[in-house]
Amino acid sequence: MARALVNIPPKAKRGEVITIRTLMSHQMETGFRYSTTGAPIPRDIITTFIATYNGEEIFRAELFPAIAANPFITFTTVATESGTIELTWRGDNGFAASEQATITVE
Amino acid sequence: MSPMRCAALLAGLLIVASAIAGASEDLPREKQRSSYDDMAPATRAMQDADTDNPGMLWVLDGEALWRAKTGSAARACADCHGDAKQSMAGVAARYPAFDAKRGGPVTLEGRINACRVENQNAQTLAYESRELLALSAYLALQSRGKPIAIDEKKLGETIAAGRDIFRQRQGQLNLSCAQCHDQHYGGKLAGNTIPQGHPNGYPLYRLEWQTLGSLQRRLRNCLTGIRAENHAYGSRELIALETYLMWRARGMSMESPAVRP
Amino acid sequence: MPSTCKPSNLTSRRDALRLMGAATAGYALTIVRVTPLAATPADMRTAIEKITGGAKVSAGRVHLEIPPLVENGNTVPCAVTVDSPMTAADHVRAIHIVTEKNPQPNVISCRLGPRAGRATVSTRMRLSDTQTVVAIAEMSNGSFWSGSVNIIITLGACLEDLI
Ligand code: HEC
Ligand code: HEC
Repeated sequence: MARALVNIPPKAKRGEVITIRTLMSHQMETGFRYSTTGAPIPRDIITTFIATYNGEEIFRAELFPAIAANPFITFTTVATESGTIELTWRGDNGFAASEQATITVE
Repeated sequence: MSPMRCAALLAGLLIVASAIAGASEDLPREKQRSSYDDMAPATRAMQDADTDNPGMLWVLDGEALWRAKTGSAARACADCHGDAKQSMAGVAARYPAFDAKRGGPVTLEGRINACRVENQNAQTLAYESRELLALSAYLALQSRGKPIAIDEKKLGETIAAGRDIFRQRQGQLNLSCAQCHDQHYGGKLAGNTIPQGHPNGYPLYRLEWQTLGSLQRRLRNCLTGIRAENHAYGSRELIALETYLMWRARGMSMESPAVRP
Repeated sequence: MPSTCKPSNLTSRRDALRLMGAATAGYALTIVRVTPLAATPADMRTAIEKITGGAKVSAGRVHLEIPPLVENGNTVPCAVTVDSPMTAADHVRAIHIVTEKNPQPNVISCRLGPRAGRATVSTRMRLSDTQTVVAIAEMSNGSFWSGSVNIIITLGACLEDLI
């Protein structure tokens, strides 16, 4: 289960700077740990986070093993027009998840 | 951890161990203090805002499980219990409860599993499994802000058994829970404030774990900390400790899903 | 958890606890394995050069905010704010966070632009040890700016099971 917790204001004034808060459930296994038998535990992290606003990319982040488990990322964007904000997370072992929210701009 | 830090931690433990008097009273209610109050502002902020609290990821899972038809009975929790916001309000705050059918204490996790087996014809969920944590977090959230109130009349024996374990010196460090949590709370141990050890935030997101965990996981950590023999999840000993801790925290507000360092 | 190894990604607390147990019980100390994973400050320099392509980095304009009291190195909140009007002509193109002693210096690299309105991002990171954390901003005119903070990490007392 890839569960995300996303907070995007449903309404904003045109030109207003809004903050988008995101939490994605993922253990972010670093690849630097060993199991009890001494075998290295392979890396399994989210590597990329992308936000689009009506299809246009507004923010992107490359994540490394030093990002804490259940990655938390916040960023801002200018509310330009009503529409859809889509967030996508991608990572090791084919991890892919996305969330959408609509925003009304007045 | 560097050997130096390790030595500091050990020295801390030994100082605590040597400065101890005998058995004492239960923690008085007017002195109760949640670990929340000793946390750094940034950690408190993480607990306070649902949008920032990673424990809410489990709550969302729990809400979905609450509505999912499960087991060969193909029944959802919601089919019998309806809206959890109403039917489960305040329930977690009075667990462990006395289970008349079994004639003994049952934890919230035990109660969820009983419903899975008896009412859903499903398998029990293991402690610390994503599903059991999710369901217990979802239920515990419905008690947020509610005072802890367990049935001390019916659970008297269990509370007494838990108190005995809490006060008993154990492990290679020969420490009791009470020595730290009744007598030295507020003190420092290797840079950490010793809290009173209350159960009012569980299941909670512990930064050290980087995941949500049950109260019993926390109790097992503390037993490991004093290098005592550990008890299995769901064992009589851990249920007794859990029941005593909830009684000791009576009247305190539930914070689940809390965040702790 | 896939193993009983400590959740902390970067240190080997299991060894430390073993050490602690042995000391308590009066046994001779044997350190089983040392995990030499910490990156050196030289690695951080290399990581920064990779980001800047060798361009000069000036101190200033970048505010790296990390709470003074970090309770657990596994989850350290941090926010980066850059002084910038965030206009089409003058904005921040990228914000990077790197560390001195983590096994790998990079933490996160963010790409943004004038549509962000403000140059502010926040996240939570892992810090293996007391060390310096550096945030670097790349401006639309190609210049690089940085801010840094030295962070002290303490460790929890009650840990996971040992095997
Ligand atoms: C077929 C109906 C049914 C289903 C399905 C069911 N329960 Fe129950 N549940 C009951 C009944 C009846 C009780 C009353 C207690 C008893 O059985 O003694 C109860 C009691 C409880 C209690 C204790 C309430 C209290 O006031 O102490 C909890 C908690 C609970 N259920 C949780 C769940 C969860 C979580 C699920 C889904 C995983 C679930 N139940 C599924 C019928 C059901
Ligand atoms: C040497 C001192 C010491 C002893 C002995 C000890 N603890 Fe703790 N305990 C701590 C410290 C310090 C913390 C705070 C968390 C941390 O950083 O490890 C804690 C945390 C806790 C918590 C979590 C409180 C919260 O808000 O989540 C509980 C519950 C707890 N202890 C119960 C116990 C029990 C039960 C025992 C006995 C089996 C015990 N402790 C023994 C020092 C101790």
